[in-house]
Amino acid sequence: MAAARRAPLGLLALGALIGAAAVLPAAYLVVVIAGDFSAALETAFSSRALETLLRTAALTAAVVIASVAIALPLGWLTVRTDLPGRRLWTVLCTLPLVIPSYVGAYLLVAALGPNGLLQEALGVDRLPSIYGFTGAWLVLTLFTYPLALIPLRATLRRIDPQLEDAARAMGRSPLEVFRTVVLPQLWPVLAAGSLLVALFTISDFGAVSILRFQSFTAEIYVEYQSSFDRVAAAALGAVLVVAMLVLLLASSRVRGARAVHRLGPGTLRPTQPYRLGRWKWPALIFCSLIVLVAFVLPVGVLIYWASKGISTGSTSLNTIAALGGNSLLIAVWAAVLGAVAALVVAALAVRYPSRTTRLVERLAHGGYALPGILVALGLVFFSTRAVPALYQTIALLVFAITIHYLPLAIGPIASSLVQLSPRIEEAARGMGRGPAEVFRTITIPLARGGMMAGAALVFLHAMKELTVTLILSPIGFKTLATDIWTQTTYGFYEASAIPALVLLAVAAIPVYLLSEQGAAPS
Amino acid sequence: MILPTPQRRLLAAALLVLAGLVAAGCGFSTEDSGGGSNEPETEGITLYSGRIPAAIGPAVDIYEAQANRDVKVRFAETADLAATLVEEGDASPADVFFAQEPGAIAAVAEAGLLTKLPRNILDRVPAQYRDPEGRWVGVTGRARVIAYNRDVVKQAELPPSPFGLTDPKWKDRVGWSPASSSMQEYVTALRAKYGDDRTKQWLEEMVDNGAVAFPDNVTIRDAIAKGEIDVGLINHYYVAQAISEEGPDYPVAVYFPPGGLGSLMLLTSVGVLESSDRKPEAFAFVRSLLSKQSQAFFTSSSKEYPLAKGVEPDPSLSVPIAKIPVSDSSLVDLKELQGTIELMKESGAL
Repeated sequence: MAAARRAPLGLLALGALIGAAAVLPAAYLVVVIAGDFSAALETAFSSRALETLLRTAALTAAVVIASVAIALPLGWLTVRTDLPGRRLWTVLCTLPLVIPSYVGAYLLVAALGPNGLLQEALGVDRLPSIYGFTGAWLVLTLFTYPLALIPLRATLRRIDPQLEDAARAMGRSPLEVFRTVVLPQLWPVLAAGSLLVALFTISDFGAVSILRFQSFTAEIYVEYQSSFDRVAAAALGAVLVVAMLVLLLASSRVRGARAVHRLGPGTLRPTQPYRLGRWKWPALIFCSLIVLVAFVLPVGVLIYWASKGISTGSTSLNTIAALGGNSLLIAVWAAVLGAVAALVVAALAVRYPSRTTRLVERLAHGGYALPGILVALGLVFFSTRAVPALYQTIALLVFAITIHYLPLAIGPIASSLVQLSPRIEEAARGMGRGPAEVFRTITIPLARGGMMAGAALVFLHAMKELTVTLILSPIGFKTLATDIWTQTTYGFYEASAIPALVLLAVAAIPVYLLSEQGAAPS
Repeated sequence: MILPTPQRRLLAAALLVLAGLVAAGCGFSTEDSGGGSNEPETEGITLYSGRIPAAIGPAVDIYEAQANRDVKVRFAETADLAATLVEEGDASPADVFFAQEPGAIAAVAEAGLLTKLPRNILDRVPAQYRDPEGRWVGVTGRARVIAYNRDVVKQAELPPSPFGLTDPKWKDRVGWSPASSSMQEYVTALRAKYGDDRTKQWLEEMVDNGAVAFPDNVTIRDAIAKGEIDVGLINHYYVAQAISEEGPDYPVAVYFPPGGLGSLMLLTSVGVLESSDRKPEAFAFVRSLLSKQSQAFFTSSSKEYPLAKGVEPDPSLSVPIAKIPVSDSSLVDLKELQGTIELMKESGAL
């Protein structure tokens, strides 16, 4: 490894700027806590906070394990085997990510809750309760495992086939090849994906509140909604930031320790897909089950509600089109900016590892572990004081959503850079190309898979973002997500189903694009 | 045109970005009051509303038509808006704040952000429905009631007050929402009338009796309708709304408990921001919310009690407003509210 290479100054300056922007919400917490330090300390170190933290940690661990257990076989089946309809499975298996967690939780209660659809179908008196840990675990797993799946697929596609081919030629069974050759190359991306799932889980509010699981984020909302105590809320937010740093550290350890570069040239030689043979049916059943529970059932309920909603004539087509346009506007901008900013951060952290670049990477994660309300209030605080002209404009809203979801793009891009041997870039430098030119002509094209995956993740999250949009958007600006919120507040589920379905349809576009690049050559 | 895969992908991505840019170029679409389509052109006040568009739009339209001013409305959760107002401070673009929950407007008033309302506004509302210091007035009232599934429970079986719901007979059958502000207001009022010890005892007995915690009133109502639970402590109008949507066969009914605190009245309220530079207009808007026309809209559409003097409640509200007590403590003192949270946490309810 080329030790301690200096990062180009321009790249470093850009990274510092991005880090500073992303750390604003966390900086806001510091400002509020400094206002009443002793009260904040008392809240952060109360036994209640500790209990809640442990409870949230248990949920997070369970969600991460289950998500990886789903994503790993799905990723492998859809990228590396001759599974029939891989492309379709890929799209269907990724789409659950688009279902906002609060919608998912409502749907789960409708389907599996007391006197829900399943109970009626089975004709029994009582089902095991889905409230509390079980329900929260189920919903968060079903609607976040794609966070692990998307980057995993991007990596699987770029795995050097030579090692595998060699192992196969030596007569190892497919399972052995997977365990000894493929899996070790997947650790970095599994760590990155797990980090995303974990951070999503600890910052989620929608699912845990409906499923009555008192998580750390729910505790923060209690402080706002009941006590109107901003110091206590900020103190709890700071605990989340610390938890996020611990997870980040663990994840980057795995990434650093297990780095595996491609040996071959920049261009990929297509791998031969594994023939599933008699395993085809179990594989299809597995995919069908996941898709059924995480996608078909929820969408089915939505369509049923929507059909009732249409008959009562609740939402006009024009309104829906305008809402969709607004959602798309925010999401596309956030995705493009997020991917570019994440590339800078990831390139610094992976290519020029140093104390400074690691710090930039950590700063850039500042906004993701926090619930939306803290990100929004942080930007309210700074923008009304520093740039009042930008307050409650599209520009500020896009900025806020970009920094909130930036880490979603950093993970996949960093993984794809780890996979790409720095020797290729070094060779280009050796041939007399400048650092900027190498970045443009070598790094960006080769990290494209990761960038697409990262952009799509930011896009999908921006599409369903709610709290930040409600507070920071220009007045009167509505999106599909805010419309769903408006309808569900009073329990008008039928009316909310139409914008929810449109949200799914629009979000399917980037998912489809991703799946196309993920398809294994046949 | 057939392109090789990478180009096709790039083209599609480019088109997507283009779509976003076009949307930006055309200007995003906004629609503010959520009500009528003929907005006046003269710019008017900005309202931060904890009420959703359907629950306030027509009242905004009434003012817009009278004043010929366009009202801009930001919709979000009441508590989130209160927190936003506190962070904005003097820089707030808002002129008026409409809160769904009494605690939120008290928090904003406490932060010194609300201006004193003129007499001609305060006098429209009886003294028990407004801030003693005149920083906000109640607009509508919501009664705390016991909702029940009338297929399973007869009204005569219900206890005279929620104190009776700790009876073993109701084990695992009662829903409540300790995290909702309306439940917390109720507990605050209990403390004021019966003291902390009696209140804590009730909370603990409720928890021991298997009271099921829901996030809000709507989920309690729906759980009763589905038969998940049999009774619940909620605000009265959620049931009235469901009946008007679902028809007379809707299985949930409300019961105004006569004993204990009775069916305590909770207020939705409105205040004008100290930082507003459109105070006369803001006052006119508040007056309009208290006009006969607007009050009639509130009570007929959302079945809340109108609070302005001389306005009749919707005929479906069979219990007269005079019979519903307003606790002194619901004219909220924030410190009391924090005491309530502490008590609820200690008793395991929250």
